[in-house]
Amino acid sequence: MSEAHTHHEMSFWEKYVFSTDHKIIGFQYMFTGLFMALIGGFFVYVFRMQLAFPGIDVPGFGHVSELAYNSLVTNHGTIMIFWFAMPVLIAAFGNFLIPLMIGADDMVFPRINRLSYQIFLLSALVLIASFFVPNGGFGGSWTAYPPLSAEAQYNATPLGAPMWVIAVGLEFVAFLLGGINFITTLMNARAPGMKMYDIPIVLWMIVIASILFMCSVGPLLAGAIMLLFDQLIGTGFYNPAHGGDPLLWQHLFWFFGHPEVYVVLLPAMGIVAEIMAVFARKKLFGYKTILYSVFATGILSFVVWAHHQFIAGIDPRMANLFTVTTLIISVPIAELCFVYIATLYGASITFSTPMLWALAFMAEFLIGGVTGIFLGASGLDVYYHDTYFVVAHFHYTFVPIAIIGFYAGITYWFPKMFGRMLNEYWGKVHFWGTIIPFNFIFIPLFILGAAGQHRRISGYVHFPDLYTQDLQNLRIIATVSLIAMLAFQVVFIVNMVYSWFRGKKAEINPWKANTLEWTVPSPPPHGNFAEFPTVYRGPYEYSHPDREVDYWPQNEPGPDPAKSRK
Amino acid sequence: MAFQVPVATSRSSTGIPTSRLAVWWVLASEIVIFGGLLMSYLLFRLLHTSWGYEAAHTNPYAGGFNTFVLLTSSLFVVLAHQAAEVGDTKRSFRYIWYTIAGGGVFMLVKAYEYTSEIMHGYTMLKSVFWSFYYTATGLHGFHVLCGMVIMGIIAQDVKKGKNLHRVEAIGIYWHFVDVVWIFLFPLLYIAK
Amino acid sequence: MSEAAEHHDDHSPGRYVKIWVILLVLLAVSIIGPTLGIKWLTLITAFGIALVKAGMVCAYFMHLNIELKYIWYLLLATLLLLLVLFTGFAPDVMKPSGQRWVSTYVEPTEEEIAVHHPEEGNEGDRIEAAPH
Ligand SMILES: [Cu+2]
Repeated sequence: MSEAHTHHEMSFWEKYVFSTDHKIIGFQYMFTGLFMALIGGFFVYVFRMQLAFPGIDVPGFGHVSELAYNSLVTNHGTIMIFWFAMPVLIAAFGNFLIPLMIGADDMVFPRINRLSYQIFLLSALVLIASFFVPNGGFGGSWTAYPPLSAEAQYNATPLGAPMWVIAVGLEFVAFLLGGINFITTLMNARAPGMKMYDIPIVLWMIVIASILFMCSVGPLLAGAIMLLFDQLIGTGFYNPAHGGDPLLWQHLFWFFGHPEVYVVLLPAMGIVAEIMAVFARKKLFGYKTILYSVFATGILSFVVWAHHQFIAGIDPRMANLFTVTTLIISVPIAELCFVYIATLYGASITFSTPMLWALAFMAEFLIGGVTGIFLGASGLDVYYHDTYFVVAHFHYTFVPIAIIGFYAGITYWFPKMFGRMLNEYWGKVHFWGTIIPFNFIFIPLFILGAAGQHRRISGYVHFPDLYTQDLQNLRIIATVSLIAMLAFQVVFIVNMVYSWFRGKKAEINPWKANTLEWTVPSPPPHGNFAEFPTVYRGPYEYSHPDREVDYWPQNEPGPDPAKSRK
Repeated sequence: MAFQVPVATSRSSTGIPTSRLAVWWVLASEIVIFGGLLMSYLLFRLLHTSWGYEAAHTNPYAGGFNTFVLLTSSLFVVLAHQAAEVGDTKRSFRYIWYTIAGGGVFMLVKAYEYTSEIMHGYTMLKSVFWSFYYTATGLHGFHVLCGMVIMGIIAQDVKKGKNLHRVEAIGIYWHFVDVVWIFLFPLLYIAK
Repeated sequence: MSEAAEHHDDHSPGRYVKIWVILLVLLAVSIIGPTLGIKWLTLITAFGIALVKAGMVCAYFMHLNIELKYIWYLLLATLLLLLVLFTGFAPDVMKPSGQRWVSTYVEPTEEEIAVHHPEEGNEGDRIEAAPH
């Protein structure tokens, strides 16, 4: 079948723009997501400058009006979740890895895959366009609660608000199409011999994330249509004066919004699992335990959503119930963290760049998880709600997920994706230059939040209690650290571009890993496999006592130690 | 560009053909889309006593006739699938077009209903009941239209004897659209 | 495969037509039921029959009766999810008033809804205006 692919010379457009090749589509998602992250990063720079130095002309932007501030915060959140974390973690890695790791030549529906990306691109363009319409982009927060989001007289963005809803809706459709592709591909297109427990954890995670997304987003998609009608036609779905209910939107939003946390968390945890097993040279501890914990988390994630609404006037009995479920869901997640650490126990660890990122993920995410318990308790949340404590908490979860998870993945699979090795030295410089400022951004925010600093204020000049020198110093520390963190990303961009063209050529299997993507050339050709592999064992047989080499590729004929041991 | 169907598409680790498996997942996602809308409707419907009076101004005979039309078109599409399975492409092609025609009749009746309701002042802005009525039937009608277009494309393939497995996939989707209507009908037209 | 034989039986056109006839009979009942004007009967004929109809279409037309079991589980799981959604939303969305707030929304009466056209008043199919 490989010859069929070679003798057709493809033009640039066919090869890189309208390609149906899963690897190219993965790159398209990745670079679009990274481009959007630059926008999101620029936005946070602007509004952090305004918070630290109220009223200044921010270099590169100018004066930040209240309207602009709201829009910047809203779209920073929206972009980072929907146009950076999701496309990069799920779509980019999912597209690149699924066919390669299961020994297939492509996704099962390549053209639907391409359509998925095109809709995603369209959604990004609609969002970007919304920044340039009169009154600017939507500023009612990424949660878009009505009536603020539903009525132009409140949000002051008659065009920006509906465009935001349309963009988010299109993005959902794109990920539904992509997700169906991921799920069916993993279910049906696996290499002969690859049974349920031979699938690499990262693929399980991406596909479970796609399923969670698919099951939770539907009601919100319906809700988004209703919101759009409220905005454009003037229906009263969320208007209590007409018999509607604004709480309905909050419920629909968080019914999706909480599972969404796991939608982005799981792929990141999957990436970390792959890296840990390879660089610890140990069999991943508790493969099935991990899997079942993830199933439990996935199911539980559908019954915790109202912990975001504790002070929204919801029924207090329900608040009790949701406190309990929220505390329960931290059990499987904590268990996952312990299982991961067990893999490291007694291992001879190589501290390569990907491994550093993976370890940093565990450490930082732990802080995010633990602080979440404060917020999950409905009593404490009355105080903490809408303070910077919440902001710091979810950044301690989302930054490890989206940013650290992405860097872990890209540094690990870079040789396979681009056929060259990333520079380790500059990779480590970038690592420390990102991790240290990251903590200096958000630890001050925890303190500010505990001091009572409310989230949705564009400058604290008019709030004497909050505008003390001490608190302002903390804000300045956070902003300066942010600028440092953003500056260090230049190191990564330069390293990536340089290594892409000038880096050391990568071998087929530079990390001595077991999974199937490391059995094809770097970068893999169109069609991936010259000869389709057969799978003989699970993906984590490292340092097996019967073997001279410390790894055991999945496709190497021979016994399956998981069976013979029994 | 000559598109080549990958080997992956023809694999079937689960034992279910890939196209059918994908349709089931599509339906799972559609169930939650329609379900979210209808659950929201149901919550309000049980809360607001006045919505029963609003519902009395829908036309249950038109709705009932449309149920009949969709049930019949479901029969046609299952017969099209049966014909495709035994290799009778001509008959399959014919039945697919009967199904499309059923969808067309459905849309015409729906258009008549909308027109007469709007003429009588029952517009989308009359009350939230009517907002739900137009949103739910509109979303459903959009699915009917999509199904018709896809079936038109598949019919062309069937005529040439290509991609016969797709008849089953679109059939399952079409039955689902039918099932959604089976629930919309009592929810919007009958419960008063 | 024992399924194969069953599969074959299922696929005769005559059988599909038979199911279609049953579905039409059920449809007729669900339309006639409400005209009797008994509330509980309306609910049973309308929603009970809708469930039966949907079940029959799923089983015989969509061939879920011969599909692998977990497709059933998948679809049922999504329905269960909707039940969770309903239960979680209901205490808030179905609340007409609370401790520190009142709803300004006033339910319109039957007359207020039907003021537009006199011919709307004499519809024969309308059943009792049952208050909740
Ligand atoms: Cu949550």
